[in-house]
This record gives sequence, C-alpha cells and structure tokens, in this order.
Amino acid sequence: MTGSTTGSAATLESNAAISTTRLAIETHELRKEFGRIVALAGLTMTVAQGEVFGFLGPNGAGKTTAVKLLLGLSRPTAGGGRVMGAPLGDVPARRRIGYLPELFRYQGWMTAREVLALHCELARLPQVEWAPEIRATLELVGLGDRADWRTETFSKGMQQRLGLAVALLGRPELVVLDEPTSALDPVGRQDVRGIIRVLRNRGTTVFLNSHLLTEVERVCDRVAIVDRGRVVAELSMADLTRERGVSVLVTGLDGGGMEVAARFGPARADGEWLFVDRIPDSAVPELVGELVSLGGAIHAVVPTHQTLEERFLSLLGAAPETSDEDAPVASPEARS
Amino acid sequence: MSSVESILILARLTLREAARRRLLWALVGLTALIVVLTWWAFSRISEVSPITGPVQTLGVSQVTVMLAFMFSFVLAMTAVFAGSPAIGPDIENGLLLAMLARPIRRSEVMLGRWLGLAVVLIGYALVAGYLELGAVVLATGYAPADPLTAPLYLAGEALVLLTLAIVLSTRVASVAGGAIAVVGYGLAWMAGVMGGVGDVFNNDVLRWAGTVAKLILPSDVLWLGSAAALTPTDAVLRGGGLAEPDLYKFSPFSGVAPGLPWLAYCVIWVVGAMTLGSFLLRRREL
Repeated sequence: MTGSTTGSAATLESNAAISTTRLAIETHELRKEFGRIVALAGLTMTVAQGEVFGFLGPNGAGKTTAVKLLLGLSRPTAGGGRVMGAPLGDVPARRRIGYLPELFRYQGWMTAREVLALHCELARLPQVEWAPEIRATLELVGLGDRADWRTETFSKGMQQRLGLAVALLGRPELVVLDEPTSALDPVGRQDVRGIIRVLRNRGTTVFLNSHLLTEVERVCDRVAIVDRGRVVAELSMADLTRERGVSVLVTGLDGGGMEVAARFGPARADGEWLFVDRIPDSAVPELVGELVSLGGAIHAVVPTHQTLEERFLSLLGAAPETSDEDAPVASPEARS
Repeated sequence: MSSVESILILARLTLREAARRRLLWALVGLTALIVVLTWWAFSRISEVSPITGPVQTLGVSQVTVMLAFMFSFVLAMTAVFAGSPAIGPDIENGLLLAMLARPIRRSEVMLGRWLGLAVVLIGYALVAGYLELGAVVLATGYAPADPLTAPLYLAGEALVLLTLAIVLSTRVASVAGGAIAVVGYGLAWMAGVMGGVGDVFNNDVLRWAGTVAKLILPSDVLWLGSAAALTPTDAVLRGGGLAEPDLYKFSPFSGVAPGLPWLAYCVIWVVGAMTLGSFLLRRREL
C-alpha cells in the first residue's frame, strides 16, 4: 500500500515489491463528500493480490465510505481506482468479490440455505455447484447445523456468520469484510481469524475493515491507518514486530540504570521497570550484564515490540495507557 | 449476467416473498370471501327489492359499478401498501447492500421488485375482478356492456399506482411514500370527477384541470375506462326509464373509454416514472 505518509525503509521495500505484483485494489486520491462533509479526503493506496490487508481508523474516519466506494455502492466525488483490474463500480468485476457489510441483514423469511442459494444465483455460479458450495460454506462459518433455520430466528452473531458465508460463497478472489466480528463473542472472533487464515492459504485477498486492533494485528499482513478521511500511516506487521525492545524489572539501582539503558536505545523508566526500545536481541545480555555490574538485581527480562494499538494511538495523537501490570505484557511477542 | 436474468431473479424473489409472507394467501382468501359475499348480496336484491323488472336491472347495473369502484379502491390501497416499502426499507436495514455488491444494477433490483409485485397485483385484479362480475351475472343474470375489459382497466390502474409507490420508495420513507401515493390517488380521482363535470357542462377550466391531473397521474383515466366498460347497455337504460341513453353521462357512475392515445400515455407514464425512479435510486447514497 502506498499512502500519504510513508513508513520505514522496510515498508518502502515492501511497496516496491507490491508495485511488481498484481494488484487487487488500487485507488488514487479517492474523495467523497456528503454536502459539506468530507468523508474521504483523498485515499491513495494499493493492495496486492493474496494479501490480508487491515484498514484501520477511529469511528468516522471514512473506513466504511471507502469500502462502499471500492465496491461501487457509492460514487466518488473525485479520484478513482481499480478493483480486481476493473474500474470502481464495474458490475461484472463484482463476480470476483465477496462482501460482508457492516450493517448486515438478510431476508428473514428465508432459511440460511435459501439466502445462500439466492446469492449463488446473483453471483451466477453454475447451479450444479450450489448445493456443495452452500454446504461447505455453512460448515466453514459454523452454521452447518442451522442451514434450514429461518434467518429471522438467528441471533446477531449467527446473522454475522451468515453474512460471512455470503461473502465467501463461490470462492471470490477478493473478500471485503467490514467489521466482521462486531457481533461475535470471543469464540466467534477466533473462528473468524481461522477463516481469514484459510482465505490467506487459498490465496484470497482479504480487505479487513476494523477498529478492533488486536484482531487486525493477529491476522493481517499489512495495515493502513486512516484518520479524517486520509491515510496517516501504513505499515507491515513484520515491520511492527521487527521494532523490538526489552522491559527489565530491576531493583537496587535507585534510577541509576537509565544512563546505561539509554546507550542501547531510547529508554524510559516506570517505577522499577526499565523500557528500552529498538535494542537488538543480541544486545540484551550485554544490557543485563551492565545493570548487574552496577549492582542491580534483575527480576524479569521481557522482550517486547510496539503493539499496533500503541502505534495507532501515537499516530492519532492519543497517549497509550500504561500501568505496572500491563506495561510489559501489552506487547505480545508473537502473533497467534 | 444479463439484465433480464437479474430482473427475473428479483421478480421471483418478490413473488416468493409475497407467498411466504402470506400476502398471496391473504389475497386469495379475501377474494373468495368477497366473491361469495357479492353473490349473496346480489342474490338478495331480487328478494328484498320492491322494484322488479328492467328498473331493477338498471339498479343492479349501478350497484355493479359501485362495487367496481370499491374494488378499485382496494386494489389501489394494495398497490400502494405493497409498493411503498419495496426499496427504501431494504436500503435502510442493509438488506440491499449485500445484494448490490453482486453483479446486479440498482435499476434491475427496482425493475425486478416492480415486476414481481405487478404479477401479484395483476393476477389479483383479474382473478378477483372476473370472479366478482361472474358472481353478479350468476346471481342476477345481468351483464354489463363490456365485462371482459373492465378488470383489465382496473389492473392497469393498480399498476400505475404501484409504479408511483415504488418510485417514491426509492427516496422517501415507506410511510411517507405510501401516504403521498394515497393522497395522489385521491386527488387524481377528484380531479377526474371535476374534469367529467367540465365535460358535461362544457366548462373549459374544469376540463383542463381534469386533463392536467390525468397527465400528472393517469390512474383515473383507467378507472373511467373501467366505469365505461361497466356502463349498462342502451337497452337496459331505456328499460330502466332513461328515454335518452346519452343522458347517462350525467351519472356519477358513468365513464369514458380512454382511447388509444390515453392508453399509450399510460404506458409512457409508467416507463417514464420507472426511468425517473431508476435515476433517483442510482443517485441515492447507500
């Protein structure tokens, strides 16, 4: 993705790589106004085919507007773009796209199987494929035993699972998910993460619009952060995890460790915790050794990296919350 | 996917919904009830009426037109209540979002909805209309001048109002759209009466007011066609004591067959209104 703000050198490298790959989505200065309100101020981005791409932003940032523009459900005021190689709004290109809207609802008088059959028909799947495709998709989203229930009897979470099934029907090349876990419990969210991984393994491009940062962090390859209708940052999750740090719980130095820690990277102290950012893994034993040589007693050494949430909040100008309890563990080392 | 295929998918969906939501069955049940009541009521006329013979026949003819007018009102309301929630609520509750992300155009959704509801309405108008007129013939032996054409005009009137309601539903909330369509229907009918009075008394202002109203909403054109088809024959009128059958035009139950230009205008109006509706829906933010 290329946004209005560039990221690290590694991101530039990944952008260069994308420019040579086939693109699922590309937009150029996409703008949408509703009267005097500017919902999207000029979105420029690319998403490579096969990528799981997170589209993040606070409420009102223009995320859903951008999704509707990409799918041709809304017309841009200015700018343009291509989705699956076709201009925005191209009707035939929609055969290759699956979409779960943020505001989802399906014909309440139909069963789940009938809703999917309708979408098979609308997507012009060959009729011989309908039954196995519907069965497989319902199984995938965990509604295999509810196929013949009328959807008006579904809970909101089940409706969202049905919406996911509708989006996945016919194995589209691009799946656009707009807040796909908003109505789901933790088990449902885990299921959705699993489904997104299945899609990634299939080579499907996933455009995940969400404000649930932990969800995005766990499944996405790259993210764009939008605010007030513009991309304010782009980063790959690899970049994020590469920017490592370490948290050390040390006593007996009376603050004397800061000078040592600062030699290894940007450092700060919070009580008896010392935080050192951008320190290479290989330098951590040396840091610990110097702290011990100063008379410090080491109680814990926790490798960390900046979380997506921390980066997100810093980009949007909001300070991340910290506390003694969550400071070291708020930075999960590995994606699940 | 061709446009025709897409429209037919939506039309079938609409028909299935009408059946599943029991609209069709409600119409079938009500039709059966009304036909039986019509037969019973007209059977009773000859028993309870002190008037007999040709005068009674003239009376039956007038009750028949009145019955048709009431049926046209029921049809109009059915068209409005079926058409006004056809598009708007599906946009507001998000149902259309997932569908329109498929390879289908908004205009095809609208045309499909219109076609499905039109099939329901036309079927209802024709089946119920012919059965009711059949019940009148069976109970009294009286047949109006052109009983086969009258239900066709009634179906056309319902189609015009369905079109109005669906076009409104692309932009206006269903309650408001329904109210506007009902008021429009009432105003068109009243303007038609005014135009008729203008014709009878050769008053250009009233005549032009009626014509303008018909151009804006031609539902009354088709109602008057139905009334004309149900006009008693000259023999019935003379038998009832009307020495000069032309004087029947002064009756509030009289009508005028619209003629080909007006019928063509009705078709153009429907096509034009649907084109406008398609444009409005295309411009609407989802």
